[in-house]
Amino acid sequence: MAGTTQKRWTSGNAKSRRGTEDPWYIRWILIGIAGFFAGVFLVLPLANVFGQAFAKGWQAAFGSLADPDTIAATKLTALATLVSVPLNTVFGVAAAWLIAKFEFRGKAILTTLIDLPFSVSPVVTGLVYVLLFGLRGYFGPWLDQYDIQIIFAVPGIVLATIFVTFPFVARELIPLMQAQGSDQEQAALTLGATGWQTFWHVTLPSIKWGLLYGVILCTARAVGEFGAVSVVSGHITGVTDTLPLRIEKLDKEYNSVAAFSIAALLAVLALLTLGLKTWLEHRQQRELDLAQTSSDSPDEH
Amino acid sequence: MSIELRNISKRFGDVAAVQNVSFKVAEGELVALLGPSGGGKTTVLRMIAGLEQPTEGDILIRGQRVNDVSVQKRNIGFVFQGYALFKTMSVADNIAFGLKIKKWPQAEINDRVAELLKLFGLDGLGKRFPHQLSGGQRQRVAIARSLAPKPSVLLLDEPFGAVDAKIRQELRDWLVHLHDELSVTTVFVTHDQEEAMEVSNRIVIFSRGNLEQIGAPQQVYEQPSNEFVARFIGVLNVLELRVENGVARLHELTFPSHGVADGASLRIGFRPYAIQISPQLSEYRYRATLRHVYFLGVQLRLELETPSGLTLRTRITKDEFVRLGLAEDQQISFQIREYRVLSRDGFALNPEVSAVHQAPSIGEGI
Repeated sequence: MAGTTQKRWTSGNAKSRRGTEDPWYIRWILIGIAGFFAGVFLVLPLANVFGQAFAKGWQAAFGSLADPDTIAATKLTALATLVSVPLNTVFGVAAAWLIAKFEFRGKAILTTLIDLPFSVSPVVTGLVYVLLFGLRGYFGPWLDQYDIQIIFAVPGIVLATIFVTFPFVARELIPLMQAQGSDQEQAALTLGATGWQTFWHVTLPSIKWGLLYGVILCTARAVGEFGAVSVVSGHITGVTDTLPLRIEKLDKEYNSVAAFSIAALLAVLALLTLGLKTWLEHRQQRELDLAQTSSDSPDEH
Repeated sequence: MSIELRNISKRFGDVAAVQNVSFKVAEGELVALLGPSGGGKTTVLRMIAGLEQPTEGDILIRGQRVNDVSVQKRNIGFVFQGYALFKTMSVADNIAFGLKIKKWPQAEINDRVAELLKLFGLDGLGKRFPHQLSGGQRQRVAIARSLAPKPSVLLLDEPFGAVDAKIRQELRDWLVHLHDELSVTTVFVTHDQEEAMEVSNRIVIFSRGNLEQIGAPQQVYEQPSNEFVARFIGVLNVLELRVENGVARLHELTFPSHGVADGASLRIGFRPYAIQISPQLSEYRYRATLRHVYFLGVQLRLELETPSGLTLRTRITKDEFVRLGLAEDQQISFQIREYRVLSRDGFALNPEVSAVHQAPSIGEGI
């Protein structure tokens, strides 16, 4: 889930190294259990991905990435990501702005709607699009007349990706913008700034880390999405296969080196995302703390 | 510049926040909008700024109707209650913001920022960020930022609300001096009557969206126009009396009935200084025990308890307290020197009457 705005319990202060008064062996047993599970369920599979990918050497691994169909899948994933992430970024900022800074009827409903993609199974999402735009769907015959194909084609994949990644940016920004209130924006207005200048010079800088964090999460999900995309894709090799779909197909063809090479590529992306995310969370927490403390409380000196 | 409100009303849905308010602020004046929270004073300030639109009525700045002029074009400086400094900008950038928006040349911006930093005692703090400043410093940055583009009107919403008592006093003095120096027309909102008295040339008092009184601090203090104002300014104690046999009575206190019929009630109000106290038990009409003495500095607040258990509060100067040789738990005598008869509906106040000469029984005055 993306709503990670609580305090990080890991970032306690350095003075209290020991959180409890429990004897050393209890601590080591607990750490051992945690380490064991992390090893078996997280590290081992990850290591296996890289192990399998490089089972037949570097050349085989990189060679399989250069396969034309795999390259086509990479391009499609990139396209879906490049379309859905900017759209959802713009939407997310607009929705968060609306929800955080204005009072209007139906606000609670809008907030719930934004969360909808989180609660609906991706497979259901895919099926909904098939029902809407498929040949036997509501708009299918009409679209067919104009020779527009959405389902089992690239537009369907992009649409499904947009839907699934819809909440990430908005969810990140809403609590942040609510904490910040609209005083700074009003101050900018009284100083002569237009709405756009206010957004650009005041709002955006104060949410930039939260926004970036949301964009990273959104991107990670867009690249990795499988369920919804799988339903609308049609699995046409070299045309409507995204990277995750390509992995599944190669795996079914017992081409484990190729499958795991792509998996390794996605894993590297995931690790990069994780690193970025950790760093951004830290920055974003600071932003939120600032939002909560800056106006009141005359603190130090 | 002069500001004028003509029959201004503001409704939020069904709630009338401001009702038919009219007043003028002259060029260069320092005016306080005073009232309890929810009184509508902040709404009035925000309407002058253009942050809210009046539902009815006209707002004029320098004789020009500005209802349809946007916030950006009204050329006002607004200081928000929580200061609303731009957190991602340094102090200097905060102050420069309005100038950059108005596209001043960079050299002039730099000069203006340096000038304001100096004027506001913020030298050397230009590169700091708001979270690195104390409450008082933040407040000065907020005022400097609002004054930077040379507004014709300065509006402040509870400017001293978020700082502690000592700094508040400094800031008050400082605001008065600043106003003397710049003589920009200034309107500020406060719920603290002492603050309003001390800082402003004139006070506009609001309650529940209505304008109750406008006047100089002394005028408001000496001639409160109604019971609300008198009580809010802190100059009125109220007693609820019952009239029996032509005499109004509350415990052992008696007053003339002032024409109120038997069985009905009569309300009177008196200033906290109107109670006279003597350690000589025979000097005044009523007896009481001095239950508590609260030291407030130059003046003291006393709590008197009559034999029948009625509690009265009064104020006395420290010198007077010492001169009379008073102490806690002492038996004293007292009288109420003068009071006003309060009308039920709380409109215009009746003049004060002297209790000393009208006392129905004994007349051993001052």
